[in-house]
Amino acid sequence: MKKFFCSLSFFCSLKRRAGASAPLAYAPRGAGRRSAAWLAVLALISLLSAPAFAVLPDEKLADPAMEARAREISKELRCLVCQNQSIDDSNADLARDLRVLVRERLVAGDSNDQVLAYVTDRYGDFVLLRPPLKSYTLVLWAGPFAVLLIAGLGTALYLRRRRQEVEASAGIPLSDDEEARLQALLDGTAEKRGPGA
Amino acid sequence: MSPVTKHRLLLLLPFTIFLVLLAYFAIGLTHDPSKLPSTMIDKPVPVFDLAGIDGGPGLASTDLTGKVQLVNVFASWCAPCRVEHPLLVRLAREEGIVIRGLNYKDKPEAAQAFLNMLGNPYTSVGADKDGRVGINFGVYGVPETYVIDKAGRIRYRHVGPLMPQDVENVILPMLRELAK
Repeated sequence: MKKFFCSLSFFCSLKRRAGASAPLAYAPRGAGRRSAAWLAVLALISLLSAPAFAVLPDEKLADPAMEARAREISKELRCLVCQNQSIDDSNADLARDLRVLVRERLVAGDSNDQVLAYVTDRYGDFVLLRPPLKSYTLVLWAGPFAVLLIAGLGTALYLRRRRQEVEASAGIPLSDDEEARLQALLDGTAEKRGPGA
Repeated sequence: MSPVTKHRLLLLLPFTIFLVLLAYFAIGLTHDPSKLPSTMIDKPVPVFDLAGIDGGPGLASTDLTGKVQLVNVFASWCAPCRVEHPLLVRLAREEGIVIRGLNYKDKPEAAQAFLNMLGNPYTSVGADKDGRVGINFGVYGVPETYVIDKAGRIRYRHVGPLMPQDVENVILPMLRELAK
């Protein structure tokens, strides 16, 4: 199966056993009467095959505590073949190799951080699904807070200016013209109200 | 600056931000996410000692010092390796470049059949059956090609099959430069 996938892709990724989505490749194209039934069958198949666990029984460690640490570390590490999956999720051969490697390092007595460092030494920070805080990731980490800060400052400035305008106009007496318009309004309301009430 | 001009300039601000973002994303789109930078650049090659395939000479990290050379990661099951293979053969035969093979997760007999059929450009081949040496190099796909300098340090990594333009524009100039 590996050969088959490789021959399809330009860059030979270290993929993947026949996956859960394989039946979909035979989805019918015609819009015939049977297509609905077909779709139902396919939906059923894909539902049945959905829980495909990447971690194979032969990879697991005997010690449950250490296995739990291995799972925890594996979830932090990106599978470089299928880049948005962790090696814990991925069926790619390289992900399997790295899972085995993680467990070997743990058995050898490495701490979780040492295992992560071992992998990043070889594959770089990109292999970490949670990017570390460094000078070149500063925009990534601080960016949202900076936007929030700028928005907050802008709002505060706007509100302050509006309040100042209200306060500044508070002490100014009405001009003759304004006085007349106000009086007309008051009279108008009084007149309108009169017959209605 | 009069208050009116100031106000007008402020109106241009969202548009300016939009242009900056546009440029940022446009540059981002030109990057190929499948080509990852190597952290191994300028570092010495990992220490290893691998047996050869089919009784041929093996490959150890000590073989990678003293001479500018290429390390090519290949496998008989990898189709793009077949694509680049004639180019490797030509580089070895016509340009006299030392190319070492790292036979990644392959069966030795399959690798030997591959070389018998397509020609053998490798001075020596190490059989990396479990892919551990590959991991130490930071290999994440086959083929990959590494440029190694005289001191045995990794100077460049090419991901994917080598194409004639890669060789002409990058690999050969680099090899010439490093050989000085």
